[in-house]
Amino acid sequence: MHEYAVTQGMLQTVIQEATKAGASKITEIRLVIGDLSTIIDESVQMYFDIMSEDTIAQGAKLVFSRVKARFRCTVCGNDYEKPAKGFDCPTCGGMGLPTDIGKEFYIESIDVE
Amino acid sequence: MKITIMKNIMEANDKLADENRVLFKEKGITAVNVMASPGSGKTSVILKIITSLGAETGAAVIEGDIASNIDAETIDKLGIPVSQINTGGGCHLDANMIKTVMADMQVKKGAVLLIENVGNLVCPSTFDLGEYLKLVIASVPEGHDKPYKYTSMFMAADVIILNKIDLMPYIDFDRDSFYKGVRAVNPAAPIFELSCRTGEGIDIFISWLRKRVQEKT
Repeated sequence: MHEYAVTQGMLQTVIQEATKAGASKITEIRLVIGDLSTIIDESVQMYFDIMSEDTIAQGAKLVFSRVKARFRCTVCGNDYEKPAKGFDCPTCGGMGLPTDIGKEFYIESIDVE
Repeated sequence: MKITIMKNIMEANDKLADENRVLFKEKGITAVNVMASPGSGKTSVILKIITSLGAETGAAVIEGDIASNIDAETIDKLGIPVSQINTGGGCHLDANMIKTVMADMQVKKGAVLLIENVGNLVCPSTFDLGEYLKLVIASVPEGHDKPYKYTSMFMAADVIILNKIDLMPYIDFDRDSFYKGVRAVNPAAPIFELSCRTGEGIDIFISWLRKRVQEKT
């Protein structure tokens, strides 16, 4: 449920950026979120709909790009998508460590009018 | 028109966290963000720190709770400056809450500031408070699978405590599996096994913490 606070911060940033560009309306917001980040898309959308009321972001479409987490095996060097259970390498069973792929948590771009 | 932003979603919080970091540095305060699930022993660990290391450096505590001030009262009785944040249902502390509290709080120069986050293994991991260390506490009765289920929290930790090890004989806790789970997402953070109830392992952890505080100042 920390999506409330996350959404609040995100809304603040996009309104600032849009205002800086002289825009009067935000129509689309693109977010990139790695699977290792703890956030639920639907929950962000719900809070966004409420919080953006009477702002220039009201009615904007939220687009979530989800990034699957990738791990690298410390034994064979294999680069793989995190299995549903555990973190081990599916090829050799060795221990895997997270790469930066899957930790994304940023606002990529917005469309404004 | 498209505007490329490429900014962290948490930017608003992170900016305030940076301000806190500057404030802590100016005042020579070592801030420790204590995160764990409810009942893992956050307050007990904090009490151990303030009565040992805190007696040397000075200590202060910020208590984050959804409601109640039970923990704050315990700390207050020891004569340690304590500030209570009731999040009113909120599941975590954020940088702004800390900034607000710090404006009124009297913390001695060089002191250790323990920030007890809301009992929760998910949300607090996302919010930088401007702390020097993120301390994550796991406890034996919670089970060895926590690092697998709450990846982001164990990934964020600078140091990990495994508390309540005196209960190990009574619980099917697979130590190897716990360590493997932690190491898979966090190769570097030291892990300290201890029991706040028996006192076992406390000294080793406190020595480590003392060293980290000295290194910083």
